[in-house]
Amino acid sequence: MGIFQQRGIHVVHNKHTSKIKPVRIETCGEVTLMMKQHIGTPCEPLVKAGDEIRLGQVIGDTQAGLAAPIHASVSGKVKRIEQIRILTGEDVKAVVIASDGQMTPLDGIAPPVIKTRDDFFAAIRASGLVGLGGAGFPAHAKLKSACGDVDVLLVNAAECEPYITADHRETLDAGDDVLEGIAQIAHYLGIHKAIVGIESNKGDAIGKFRALCAAVSTPELKITTAVLPSRYPQGAEKMFIYSLTKRIVPLGKLPSSIGALVMNVASVAFLARYIKTGKPLVSRTVTVDGGAVQSPINVRTPIGIQVRELIDFCGLQDVRPKKIIMGGPMMGAATPDLNAVISKCNNAVLLFDDKQTQKRPETACIRCGNCVAGCPMKLLPLKLEAAYRANDTAALTRLDAMGCMECGSCSYVCPASHELVQCIRLGKRLLREAQSREGSKT
Amino acid sequence: MSAEEEKTLTPASGQQLAIVSATPHLRTHRTTQAIMLDVCLALIPAVAASVWCFGTRALIVMLFAVISCVAFEAITRIALKRAQTVQDLSAVVTGLLLGMNLPPTLPLWMIPIGSFAAIVVVKQLFGGIGQNFANPAITARIVLMLSFPTQMTSWNAANGHAWGADAASAATPMKALTANELGAFSGDDLPSILDMFVGRHGGSLGETCAVALLLGAIYLCVFRVITPLIPCFYIGTVAVITFIAGGFDAQFTIYHLLGGGLILGACFMATDYATSPVNWKGKIVFAIGCGILTSLIRLFGSMPEGVSFSILLMNLLVPHIENLTAPRTFGKERKRHAK
Repeated sequence: MGIFQQRGIHVVHNKHTSKIKPVRIETCGEVTLMMKQHIGTPCEPLVKAGDEIRLGQVIGDTQAGLAAPIHASVSGKVKRIEQIRILTGEDVKAVVIASDGQMTPLDGIAPPVIKTRDDFFAAIRASGLVGLGGAGFPAHAKLKSACGDVDVLLVNAAECEPYITADHRETLDAGDDVLEGIAQIAHYLGIHKAIVGIESNKGDAIGKFRALCAAVSTPELKITTAVLPSRYPQGAEKMFIYSLTKRIVPLGKLPSSIGALVMNVASVAFLARYIKTGKPLVSRTVTVDGGAVQSPINVRTPIGIQVRELIDFCGLQDVRPKKIIMGGPMMGAATPDLNAVISKCNNAVLLFDDKQTQKRPETACIRCGNCVAGCPMKLLPLKLEAAYRANDTAALTRLDAMGCMECGSCSYVCPASHELVQCIRLGKRLLREAQSREGSKT
Repeated sequence: MSAEEEKTLTPASGQQLAIVSATPHLRTHRTTQAIMLDVCLALIPAVAASVWCFGTRALIVMLFAVISCVAFEAITRIALKRAQTVQDLSAVVTGLLLGMNLPPTLPLWMIPIGSFAAIVVVKQLFGGIGQNFANPAITARIVLMLSFPTQMTSWNAANGHAWGADAASAATPMKALTANELGAFSGDDLPSILDMFVGRHGGSLGETCAVALLLGAIYLCVFRVITPLIPCFYIGTVAVITFIAGGFDAQFTIYHLLGGGLILGACFMATDYATSPVNWKGKIVFAIGCGILTSLIRLFGSMPEGVSFSILLMNLLVPHIENLTAPRTFGKERKRHAK
């Protein structure tokens, strides 16, 4: 296996901003803090309109296990609590805070006191940390579920999506924090081996981490740097684990079932800073790029800032970009206007111009097999498309539609411009609907 | 949102909003048209070689084949009231391949009959590009072969042409190979191996010059239009079988590899997207099947050449090969033979 099939595809890199240190956005006029910035249960607002808010104050939380609290990213006054539609299509509550420009921190922010492993998990929950690479899985839940089963920590700095350099900057600017975070996690989870995986197109980060890892590795905790081929989707969890350890995550199981814990590099660095300072997750690095942007940049911005305010820092070629993408160009969601807000797991905003938005008409499938050769999950996208169009749930099941991680490689390489990944996505919805019908019958 | 829908949302205020569409927001530049153009470019050395070997008559035959294929494609699409597809250049590729499968002396009026079989019957009536169950050019060659056996196998080519005269006087190497009793192979009636390699021997237009064909195939592999799987396994299988059947005579094997339509078939016909498996395991099974059938027809059949028939037969098996060799989803457990 694998001799004749290269996993994934080659995409353009367009990493224009890798040399640009993040510009710090000190404050902004207004933030919109969605009550769901993670996978799991949405939070409930703990404040009401008119409340005075300090930076770092918890403004949303829930009793549910799979969730992370939301902190105010500015100081100021709650303007209103509204219902907004987030990129997944769900309607959730959001707290809108008008900033007073002071960024006055909450009193009593101090490093957490951690004596036991449970203290560690509680502290991480309190920090509001979710997977910063894009998935947004609550970090405390991930660490807790990995407890005991895991023998290797894999730090994901692959960053395989075109344009984005937020994680690349984190490896360059906060390398020490990353290693400190690795040590903390390894200590509390009893892990003795960690690997930092970086794609080959980030030579400076690889060099830096090789030196850092060699310097801090101990017999108790061996940290190494692994260079990965720059192929999309190298950073996808299952591909990343396979590339680094040759372990295969069974379909429908979690990585912890094969002893691996994957964490995004920025998440690990944040965790170390939180344990040092006690400052919760209120800001993050975001790459702003695309054809409609005058000068592509990285910004360190308060979470909840509107794209409208963000673009003041990079300038636009055209006042109305043709496409606004929250996240990378391969998996990021397009949004209709500049009111979209940055969430915890948003690593990029791309503003595309007319040329980048051109769409070719769909032509007939020529069965070239590019989608099959490119699929990292070894699915047959062309057959899944046909099964979806025929409403054939039996075929969708047989072809493992649910195994699709929606990386979009198939649509990218299709010479006939078929919307393959969208068809598979809709096919998965058919299967879920069929399943819930089955469930309600019995 | 449906699969194709792309929305430019216009709110009540009338202000135009940004486009919302399905991921991914980047797409490759390699369209169907670009791929077909690459195949045409890859065939240029072979076209040039056939003109060099057989004279301008070769060019006329190929032009006739291309023009008639493109015309049939355009006319059928209009007649069937479907979107025009001539611009995807696939009819040009079919025409070129058909031309290369014809002897240089074929009366020109026979060519459109082949084009009709290829484009109208095999391709368009089954739904157009990607939907044909058999390779159009191969089927057309077989139709012509069965309809006009004498004209399709008369290789008295290129009167007065420098090398053509030589090549034309003898039978084709494939005929000579069959004429020789198996095991009593002498090589006396055959052109030299160098002549075989550069194309100075009898045969169809495009199949004689091995060098030119291999150059084109390398171009296709380098630009990732095809994978080398099918050509390698096809030619490899024929090599192994003829080497054993010929009593471990390397010369016998080399004539089999360079003679007839094997290289043209393995590199340009068996690799046709629509009629070969999409997965790599399927491609290997398909190629080995083609190789076995070709060798059997050549060694034991009544016909001197078996490339077209073996590819056509394997074309029909492609759906089954694909089903039997379907890839195992990443992370899926091996099927257990329970129940």
